[in-house]
Amino acid sequence: MPAKELKITPIKNGTVIDHISNGLALEVLRIIGAHTLDKDSTVSVALHVRSNKIGWKDIVKVENMELSPRKVNAIALIAPTATISIIRDYKVREKRSVDLPERIVGVLKCPNANCISNQPEPIESEFEVTNRHPVILTCAYCDRETSDFLHHLA
Amino acid sequence: MSLHGRDLISIRDLSREEIEGILAAAKKMIPYAEGTKVLHTLADKLVAMAFFEPSTRTRLSFESAVHRLGGNCITIADASVTSMRKGESLYDTIRMLSSYADAIVIRHPNEGAARLAARASDRPVLNAGDGAGQHPTQTLLDLLTMQEAFDTLSGLRVVLLGDLKFGRTVHSLAHALALFGCEIVLTAPPSLALPDPARRRLEHMGAHIREEADLRRAIRDADVLYVTRIQKERFGDETEYREVAGSYHVDADLLRDAKPRLAVMHPLPRVGEISPEIDETPHAAYFRQAFLAVPVRMALLDAILAGGRKGG
Ligand SMILES: Nc1ncnc2c1ncn2[C@@H]1O[C@H](COP(=O)(O)OP(=O)(O)OP(=O)(O)O)[C@@H](O)[C@H]1O
Ligand SMILES: [Mg+2]
Ligand SMILES: [Zn+2]
Repeated sequence: MPAKELKITPIKNGTVIDHISNGLALEVLRIIGAHTLDKDSTVSVALHVRSNKIGWKDIVKVENMELSPRKVNAIALIAPTATISIIRDYKVREKRSVDLPERIVGVLKCPNANCISNQPEPIESEFEVTNRHPVILTCAYCDRETSDFLHHLA
Repeated sequence: MSLHGRDLISIRDLSREEIEGILAAAKKMIPYAEGTKVLHTLADKLVAMAFFEPSTRTRLSFESAVHRLGGNCITIADASVTSMRKGESLYDTIRMLSSYADAIVIRHPNEGAARLAARASDRPVLNAGDGAGQHPTQTLLDLLTMQEAFDTLSGLRVVLLGDLKFGRTVHSLAHALALFGCEIVLTAPPSLALPDPARRRLEHMGAHIREEADLRRAIRDADVLYVTRIQKERFGDETEYREVAGSYHVDADLLRDAKPRLAVMHPLPRVGEISPEIDETPHAAYFRQAFLAVPVRMALLDAILAGGRKGG
């Protein structure tokens, strides 16, 4: 790994979310739910880091944790340029970009307050990806389209 | 594809060919809906009417359709008497109902409720209106009314007047009109204009669509004037409401320059949008439209529950 980029302590095992669009690291942390990690794990956040690929970027590194597919989907929505690296024994074992599946379940709240998915029903919110550039999601229940994901994370 | 056993939640669930098939079947149902001929295709069927929001017209026409086909209904006509009052979910209520009946007709104040009901039920679900969302059977009967009046749908010029923002019938209708290559003219006050995503979707389908704020100009070459209710609650103040309601009032003077065959439609109930002096003119299509609700719903129930009439 290029030493100049590693301004924070290396982790032995965990996950690195790199190439997060500038300024969205804290949202990514919120999705990860950093408070749910065990008390001995380190979470480091680098804000406003130079990137060859995307100008400026944020990076989040979390020790002793791998992301659930659902959290990866949420990250894909707000930070589509992000890459996720799995670190084991200080080495990058796996690296992939986040990509959007066709359906997004349980990640977002429908922006339509009157949608049945916002009522106390035994169901999860569900959206279909109806456009990719730019990303537009359509609620599987009420048909409302949304492209503002940041404000509607469940 | 056959409708047998299928849900009907949104008009978008149907292809143009399927809509044509339903309209043809509905046309044949007219004498049975009038009671001059008798059918028993639903003789062994029980249909649940799950109305979680008051609606006399839609519910009665559905019940009438079931009875005219020789079937029976069980009805929730008022949500306040059900256990939903005690906090039971819609999901559970529908799950239970689907074990009692062969199909469920649902009306509910929340958008997406019919889609949820379809998932909860292992019997076919027909959407009779969910919030400001979909009302596909209304669209089908609107289409039948136009087709009956003009012998065709394609190429008709249809003015959609009034509340194009919240009006639950107009979005479904506009979609169907686009499918049939109609020209859609939007006439609405700016505050009640068709929302952008809805318009984008229509344009995406290749719809001929334009705006014309001036009603008199809009109807000059129109075949159909589709009037919707403008609700007082949508306006900040009374004056604004009166102004809009006044400028969109349909009366004999307005229709003076219209085509002789212009059909005026309205999903009813009207509250002053159309002057009663129109009622006895050839322009008035709204009472026929209300009647056609029955054969359309008969055709749908018949196709969904009995697989359509063989050799009909
Ligand atoms: N042991 C470690 N502890 C913390 N972070 C690490 C560790 N090893 C690698 N990383 C970080 O994981 C990410 C992926 O590592 P890699 O070595 O593939 O970086 P890279 O060559 O910069 O790749 P990229 O093209 O994704 O930018 C980088 O952000 C890197 O800083
Ligand atoms: Mg790098
Ligand atoms: Zn929704």
